Amino acid sequence: MLRNLPVWIIAALLMAAGAAMCAYKVRALGLPLLPSTDTAVWTVEARAAFRARGGPVKATLLIPKQPPGFEHLDEHYISNGFGVTQEASGLNRAALWAVRRANGTQAVYYRLTVYETDTDNPTHQDPFPGYPRVPDYGESTQAAVNALLNEVRSESADIATFARALIARMNREGANPSVDSLRTGGDSPGAWAQWLVDVLAGARIPARVIWGLPLVDGTRDATLVPYIEVHNEQRWIPMSPETGKVGLPDDFLVWRIGNDPLLAVDGGAQPDVRFSVTRSQRQIVSIARDRARQHGSLVLDYSLFSLPVQTQNVYRVLLTVPLGAFLVVLLRNVVGVKTFGTFMPILIALAFRETKLIWGIVLFTLIVALGLGLRFALERLKLLLVPRLASVLIIVILLMLLVSLVSHHLGMDRGLSIALFPMVILAMTIERMSLVWEEHGAWEAILQGGGSLLVAAAGFLVMSNPLLTHLVFVFPELLLVLLGACLILGRYTGYRLSEFWRFRAVLAGKDQ
Amino acid sequence: MRWPGTILREAGILSMNQRNADYIMLNNKRRLYPLVDDKLKTKELAQQAGIAVPELYGVVKTEHAIGDLEDLLGEHRSFVVKPAHGSGGNGILVITDRRQSRYVKASGSMMSADDLNHHISNILSGMFSLGGMPDHAMVEYCVQFDPIFEDVAFQGVPDIRTIVFRGVPVASMVRLPTRASDGKANLHQGAVGAGIDMATGLTQSGVCQNARVTTHPDTGAPLAGISIPGWDKLLLLAARCYDLAALGYLGVDVVLDREHGPLVLELNARPGLSIQLANRRGLLPALKAIERMKTIPTSADERVALGLDLLVRHAPS
Repeated sequence: MLRNLPVWIIAALLMAAGAAMCAYKVRALGLPLLPSTDTAVWTVEARAAFRARGGPVKATLLIPKQPPGFEHLDEHYISNGFGVTQEASGLNRAALWAVRRANGTQAVYYRLTVYETDTDNPTHQDPFPGYPRVPDYGESTQAAVNALLNEVRSESADIATFARALIARMNREGANPSVDSLRTGGDSPGAWAQWLVDVLAGARIPARVIWGLPLVDGTRDATLVPYIEVHNEQRWIPMSPETGKVGLPDDFLVWRIGNDPLLAVDGGAQPDVRFSVTRSQRQIVSIARDRARQHGSLVLDYSLFSLPVQTQNVYRVLLTVPLGAFLVVLLRNVVGVKTFGTFMPILIALAFRETKLIWGIVLFTLIVALGLGLRFALERLKLLLVPRLASVLIIVILLMLLVSLVSHHLGMDRGLSIALFPMVILAMTIERMSLVWEEHGAWEAILQGGGSLLVAAAGFLVMSNPLLTHLVFVFPELLLVLLGACLILGRYTGYRLSEFWRFRAVLAGKDQ
Repeated sequence: MRWPGTILREAGILSMNQRNADYIMLNNKRRLYPLVDDKLKTKELAQQAGIAVPELYGVVKTEHAIGDLEDLLGEHRSFVVKPAHGSGGNGILVITDRRQSRYVKASGSMMSADDLNHHISNILSGMFSLGGMPDHAMVEYCVQFDPIFEDVAFQGVPDIRTIVFRGVPVASMVRLPTRASDGKANLHQGAVGAGIDMATGLTQSGVCQNARVTTHPDTGAPLAGISIPGWDKLLLLAARCYDLAALGYLGVDVVLDREHGPLVLELNARPGLSIQLANRRGLLPALKAIERMKTIPTSADERVALGLDLLVRHAPS
């Protein structure tokens, strides 16, 4: 076994390298091992409009930093004639558009593409802000607040349940008229949310208003919706300002934290921000690519995804060929199937991609049978080898044409795909089959022809398997694993399954 | 029911994969292949070494030269046409007689001059050759086989295949043409292989199409019990062939001619596995014993003796 050691070492290294690379791409870059895992991708466009006064204009739009439950894919700043910069602004980020001179209504756009991540109970990660000062409510209000706080305190256990009960109580018309007077604290949703925060501050509970966008596909002219967050000394807990329900609603993109103005314009007036939302499904693969680009990862820069789509599609097919080749190794060296030519069945299997299996087998058998018949007729003419091969090739193409025409007239459009068969391979198959037929008899010829077809069919099934094709395309390094397996099989000296039949006389003699 | 692989392994049966990986690849240097793949070269080497081979009448190298076949044949009434780089017995044509301008094949059927010329043309274009390369056609003496195999051969020329490993003969069989093999002595074309007891030169029962047979399928004569004349010389001849090409794993094909005695027909760098079925004995025990030896005698006599000794010591229980 010592002489196989180099093979084993090289194979092990190759397989380890391939597997490690693949594992890195799965774990660090989030590439999916299974095909077509789609996820929702949202494109949100904020249109910030204002009226410029004719002088220099500086517009500051708050934009999301790390919205809980979402991951950035891409962002774009679109404007006409403005310079754009981006800077941190407290817990938010801000996009700054500036121009020396502008007049009339201006609009700048910020487009953000995000996708949903699978985190449970997403929330903000920023630290505990400290206990707030008790606000000065004014005498009469103070009494009502105290009454409310006392009422709620008796029904709650901790900060979260306290806040929740308080919000619920504030939203309910109750028996206590002094508490009810507090319910008039806000006339807009934003003011109401801020009023809740102020009341919570009376109990020294840190809370804040956050503004977000409910993501609904096709939304236009939407505005941000307020929500509140309460900190329980461990983490921020989002709550609905209307029901006190804990947690962010589904598909709710938090745009900004706090009540800083969404759009501030220096040298302009009437700031107005409108949002539009579109949803799309994208494969995680392409998301991972975009994300890797944002993170500046080299691995995907040098992956197949960096190639033009057309080239990618070529490789989508080419990368399945090693799968077929490996199958041929297995079927020939471990099973012992006889075929015409080593990789001829793989080329036939590639043609099956277009015709699909049943039609592929029917058309292949049809062409080979017809070609074989004509080839035997040619045999009588005693032609030299190369002209004879050329003749068979021409006959094959004529037969293909004939099959296409006939099937088209019969309305069977599948028959048209015969044009994708590799005709040179077909011609060589016919030639070799006729030689085997002459020299080793019809049985041997049919055996080898059937074997070729069997391997081609199996090759097609492997090469069109969605999981396998996905794996080799997204993780081409898996071919190293395949290469290692080929090296190992290259030193396989055991029996082929077919040899159990060949040496059946030995088995019959010994197995009693 | 035991796993078939275990049974075969215990019987010492050499598999196709193991033959290729462990014996042919490790013992047969690729640069030596042309010596045996080109039968003209083999013949030349053998003649230089004083090993008897069938007489070469001539070589057809070009399409044009096919026309001169008559001149090349001269007075010879029977002859064999074969591709110099043929494989597996493909393209070998045995002509036993000539009648006017027609030829009688080994099977007794007639063949026109046109048919023969077309066959030679096919040989030249590489139809029967390894890799399909253009080839030369050899025209040589048609062996008048020793009548000893008359009852167990259906036309054609029976030959004796010996596996010689590192110069040591380890197994032999006689290959007998059948109707199915069209006069050819290749087992995969349907010829019968009958085992030979290496010590005595007596034939045993055999194999046909991978099934065991005790009689010839066409003649019905029993295969076993034929004593091959000059067996010792024949083994020595096979062992000497190792010195011609230095191929470690070699098949030597010898024919017994009525007048000329044993003639080396060709050497084979990839001999088949059916010899194990013909002899009802796996090759592996003997091959492994020879592999373990540090030195192998240089003289052919000693190698033959070594082989016989090994076969007795590793006889299957």
